[in-house]
Amino acid sequence: MTDISRRKLIWTGLGAAAGVSGLAVAARLAEKYGLVPPDHGGIFGVGETLTYAAQRLLTRHSMAREFSPSEISKRPFPNEMAPPSDAFKRLQAAGFVDWRLTVTGMVDQPTSFSLAQLKSYPSRSQITMVQCEEGWSYIAEWVGVPLSHVLNLVGVHPQARYVAYFSIDPNWWDSMDMADAMHPQTFLTYGMNGHELPVGHGGPLRMRVPRQLGYKNVKFITHLTVTDSMKKFGKGLGSASPEAGYAWYAGI
Amino acid sequence: MARSESAQAPLEAYVARSVSAVRASAAASRHSALVRVTHWIVTLCFFALLLTGIEILISHPRFYWGETGTVLTKPLFQIPIPSSRDLVRTGYGYVLPDQNGWSRYLHFEAAWILVLTGLLYGIFGLATGHFRKNLFPTGADLSWRTLSATIAGHLRFQRPSEAEARSYNVLQRLAYLFVIFVLFPLIIWTGLAMSPAFVSAFPATVNLLGGQQSARLLHFVVTLALVLFLVVHIVMICLAGFWSRTRPMITGRTGTSKERV
Repeated sequence: MTDISRRKLIWTGLGAAAGVSGLAVAARLAEKYGLVPPDHGGIFGVGETLTYAAQRLLTRHSMAREFSPSEISKRPFPNEMAPPSDAFKRLQAAGFVDWRLTVTGMVDQPTSFSLAQLKSYPSRSQITMVQCEEGWSYIAEWVGVPLSHVLNLVGVHPQARYVAYFSIDPNWWDSMDMADAMHPQTFLTYGMNGHELPVGHGGPLRMRVPRQLGYKNVKFITHLTVTDSMKKFGKGLGSASPEAGYAWYAGI
Repeated sequence: MARSESAQAPLEAYVARSVSAVRASAAASRHSALVRVTHWIVTLCFFALLLTGIEILISHPRFYWGETGTVLTKPLFQIPIPSSRDLVRTGYGYVLPDQNGWSRYLHFEAAWILVLTGLLYGIFGLATGHFRKNLFPTGADLSWRTLSATIAGHLRFQRPSEAEARSYNVLQRLAYLFVIFVLFPLIIWTGLAMSPAFVSAFPATVNLLGGQQSARLLHFVVTLALVLFLVVHIVMICLAGFWSRTRPMITGRTGTSKERV
């Protein structure tokens, strides 16, 4: 064996050893610090875990870009939706006065909120972008109550790790980790561009998660559950999106 | 190589000498293992990224400049292909199946593998002098005479000399350097600039590009440049001799297996 090939062999060996032990350490740390997404299985799990872990380390407290009023899109695009259910139409006919948001799970006081109650809390507004995974985007002003305000009212247990949120459309539900749930820009949104939130944009109540893609911003929110694991929801992948082939974490 | 060297011009003599050297050592070492492994990993990732990128693009084959753009706004241009979303008017009268779910998963996984492989290659290139020895043009390479001679040779579709089987010519060096140090960093930057979470931490990455839709357009333009490189790369390999160029990138050695025996 020549010197060069021996040196090469040693370096290759060292590199491989460093790589393997690095991966093992990274996997253990990721587990410990909640850097593994619910859809971490399968052939795409490694990429998803890398993305989620890297972004959680970089973006835990970062703020989504906010824009000036002059940058608000003139014609915000309401994406296509399934036709409303009869239950939704009845609530809509009554002006949504009976719309309720129930909050359950790992909380001190499970509570059912009316829209009027939610609107009585200090409202916040943000001019942020809705970005669809398809490639299009628009900017609007969103008005609502920060989700963290509601979560603080009901008292979240310390072992909580996710907030699952459900649309009145039974096939549409999602979840986010506590970093996004407690983030100051995560809103239960009821107003848009100076008006009530239009039905096309998710009125009367839409989850707004501006650091993630449009599909995480579920429309017609009626129910929240605080939990320590997403395993017991649906197929255990964290939301309806992975069940339809889309990633749970959409901060990309 | 039976010809006498003394009768030849110096350059030809040099070529003849190196050719004899190649033949003599039969299987001269050409590409290091790390270059070969990273080359093929990047190749695989690139095709995965290209295919899934096209699938994602099909869901909205319209481009805009600035921050925003939807089917309700006027595009800068629209690619005349069918779409996988029925709200995009394409004039085709049919809608392609939605492939975005797995395409996005694979796009980002392949991107991770490509970036990590690229980092490994970059560290290796700096540590071993691979960039300096094999890719950076020498002063003589950049002389007007060499440059114009190489360009003229390419324009005449001259078959490369045997010496070029062992070392890159100046145009190759410049093209590879451009891909490695300009196009790949740009494709990664413009990709990251489309991530709402990434730009929340690093807003300058998208603001410098002119906005989210500008980043998307530039990502597409850089892709076109990379595809152009790929096409030229493959055409040049075919012109130079497909196996004589592809074999060293697999086995690491020049020369045929017969010569190696």
